[in-house]
Amino acid sequence: MSDNSLNNLPGGFKGMSHDMGSDQTAFKGVQWGKVMMWIFLLSDTFVFSCFLISYMKGRASTVVDWPNTSEVFSLHVGDVPVPLLLIAIMTFVLITSSGTMALAVKYGYEKNRKMCGWLILATAIGGLTFVGMQVFEWSKLIHEGVRPWENPFGAKQFGSFFFMITGFHGTHVSIGVIFLFIYARKVFRGDFDNGKRGFFTTMKSDYVAIEILGLYLHFVDLVWVFIFAFFYLW
Amino acid sequence: MDETQKKEQATTHKIGIYLWIWGLLFVLSFFSYLVDWFAFQGLLRWTLILIFMFLKAGLIMAFFMHLFWERYALVNVLLWPMTAIVGFFVLMAAEAKYTVFTRLLYFFIGG
Repeated sequence: MSDNSLNNLPGGFKGMSHDMGSDQTAFKGVQWGKVMMWIFLLSDTFVFSCFLISYMKGRASTVVDWPNTSEVFSLHVGDVPVPLLLIAIMTFVLITSSGTMALAVKYGYEKNRKMCGWLILATAIGGLTFVGMQVFEWSKLIHEGVRPWENPFGAKQFGSFFFMITGFHGTHVSIGVIFLFIYARKVFRGDFDNGKRGFFTTMKSDYVAIEILGLYLHFVDLVWVFIFAFFYLW
Repeated sequence: MDETQKKEQATTHKIGIYLWIWGLLFVLSFFSYLVDWFAFQGLLRWTLILIFMFLKAGLIMAFFMHLFWERYALVNVLLWPMTAIVGFFVLMAAEAKYTVFTRLLYFFIGG
């Protein structure tokens, strides 16, 4: 944030051509780490898109009926099967953790150390709950005989797409949870208030790191929105 | 930190907007779950799923990920590459149609 004259620069598309043609940093007023995270997320978007598009291609080209996800992912409450119950709960848990993360970023910028730390912890616990429910879902399906190469419900491709897509997403959430715990500790310790230098870097810690961590977590939530729509609901 | 940045942070990080978006995301997720609950089928189902999906994705990106307040130079660098995904999707959808056609032809009709 070395640019002190951000308000004097033109905005909108005019601002874009100004920024890009300025022969210096292209993204005015955007911390470099944030740009790097965005570029990473863009590349990750392409990876997830490739998975979802290959799933679309596989599902659209099979001549066997696709398993009815509404039934496959139903849970029994008492004796009544409720369609997609676990997936709905997982969705709400992930949105909750996304909200607490957004608030953590806000309190971080306000230098409210305690609130920021607790909200990051809440986010981590939400993420952990999500991964836990995913483990439950995986073991339930594996018990029912779903394998990457076959399943009792319909088209054989179902299993491989299910394990690949949800597995890759779950890995992302798990990595996010690890980083959330690390950053909660850093926040509580006051690293971002006194500008303590990080373990891998000589640069001073800054609350912008919380926003960068938040970008990753919101992205994971964003991907789930698409998985929920295309894999579970479609 | 200069005045500009202070002013920006004050305007970009009001708690009300986050709570509103949070609430909206819950409501939209609930609606997309209802699509399955009421077992809508066919075109209605797909349209509703896509509408709720894009609304949720848009809200998350615009407000939780702050893209709404980001400079256009960054926003455009991030969003334009997404059109390549649409292009890839169209190619693969055509490919899937061809694959299923050949499968039906050779598996069931026998060439």
